[in-house]
Amino acid sequence: MTLLACPSCDALHDVPDLRVGQRAYCLRCDRMLVSGRQTSLDRTLAMAFAVAILILFALFFPFLSIEELGFGNTTTLLGVAAAFLTGWLIPLTAAVTASIIAIPLMRVGFLVYALFPLWRGGAAPRHAARVFRWSEALRPWSMAEIFVLGSAVALVKVADLATIGFGPAFWAFCAAVVIIAFERQITDSASIWSILDDEK
Amino acid sequence: MSVTTAREAGMVACHRCELVHNADQTTCRRCAAKLHSRKPQSIQRVWAWLIVGVIAYIPANLYPMLATRQLATTHEDTIVGGVVVLVEAGAYGIAAIIFFASVVVPLSKFGVIALLAWSVTRPSGLSRHSRVHLHEIIEFVGRWSMIDVFVVALLAALVQLGAAASVHPGPAAVCFALSVAFTMLSAQSFDPRLIWDQPESTAKDI
Ligand SMILES: [Zn+2]
Ligand SMILES: [Zn+2]
Repeated sequence: MTLLACPSCDALHDVPDLRVGQRAYCLRCDRMLVSGRQTSLDRTLAMAFAVAILILFALFFPFLSIEELGFGNTTTLLGVAAAFLTGWLIPLTAAVTASIIAIPLMRVGFLVYALFPLWRGGAAPRHAARVFRWSEALRPWSMAEIFVLGSAVALVKVADLATIGFGPAFWAFCAAVVIIAFERQITDSASIWSILDDEK
Repeated sequence: MSVTTAREAGMVACHRCELVHNADQTTCRRCAAKLHSRKPQSIQRVWAWLIVGVIAYIPANLYPMLATRQLATTHEDTIVGGVVVLVEAGAYGIAAIIFFASVVVPLSKFGVIALLAWSVTRPSGLSRHSRVHLHEIIEFVGRWSMIDVFVVALLAALVQLGAAASVHPGPAAVCFALSVAFTMLSAQSFDPRLIWDQPESTAKDI
């Protein structure tokens, strides 16, 4: 049994230990409190490393290219952020870099910092729980998947006017987004909290 | 249905990791976050972020989002103007995506946040359950408004074809991004527990 307060309405519940696939809902507001999911450190860490490698790879290769009337242009991921490097749009360069590159990388970095030593059988590193909290707090500001949908919209807009070429960075970034979405589905933060608890 | 809240039981749950503590604790013993029974000054923060979000949304619609130059002609498009161009070109699908993400979502988000903040201080005609659902929906959908900023970024980075054509971002992009960020902060500042703190007499349940 675990004592839990509903994050939406503050109602206290004594939640029994759940089997995989079971879910516990708040009696008052119906919010899902916990789901019995088996969070494996193997899987979470493997996905974190994969996302880091794919995003870093995407930084150094062409993202998209375009050709029309004998003129051509190729852009990288950083080139997209740099599109706002004029006048008072400059802060947007920082915001775009943060939301599609830096924050996703920081989140997986935090995860690896907090969980990798445990996976190797060692003790939890200093401030592991605090670092995992930061990773969770950054979740809404990681916008890689929104950027991919935005890219799709932009490509539809120019597809009639010019020839588009997809670079390796485009595919790597799409793969990173798929893994991030998958990680969101299978990672149960409550179970990571309890893993970190056990190590204290 | 009678339930006991953590506050009534003299306890406080961490807003970050959900660990339950005695109410006299000030810092979460697990994740070191500050403990609050309710988010501090929740409603004031909601209104403050919402107001700056609405203010930033005005120039975001008045100034051009992007300028397109093809050969010798340049034309500038606002958010709504860009949607109109897409409709005229027959690209109904992406016109709908952009219109939804840049106009429908921000405007309904302003309305919903104002309604939520208003409803916890006054008797409300909306049931508690529907207000909780509204809050969940805006927290989930709000960030997708950023899509138009990314569309502009990608077009401006990609479409640089010398004398043939080029795309340049307009000042509306920064105003729009700020408006989305401010309204995300506004929605995050709202504490849904406040909905349930109202006495039964002023909030009707389903
Ligand atoms: Zn609840
Ligand atoms: Zn905590």
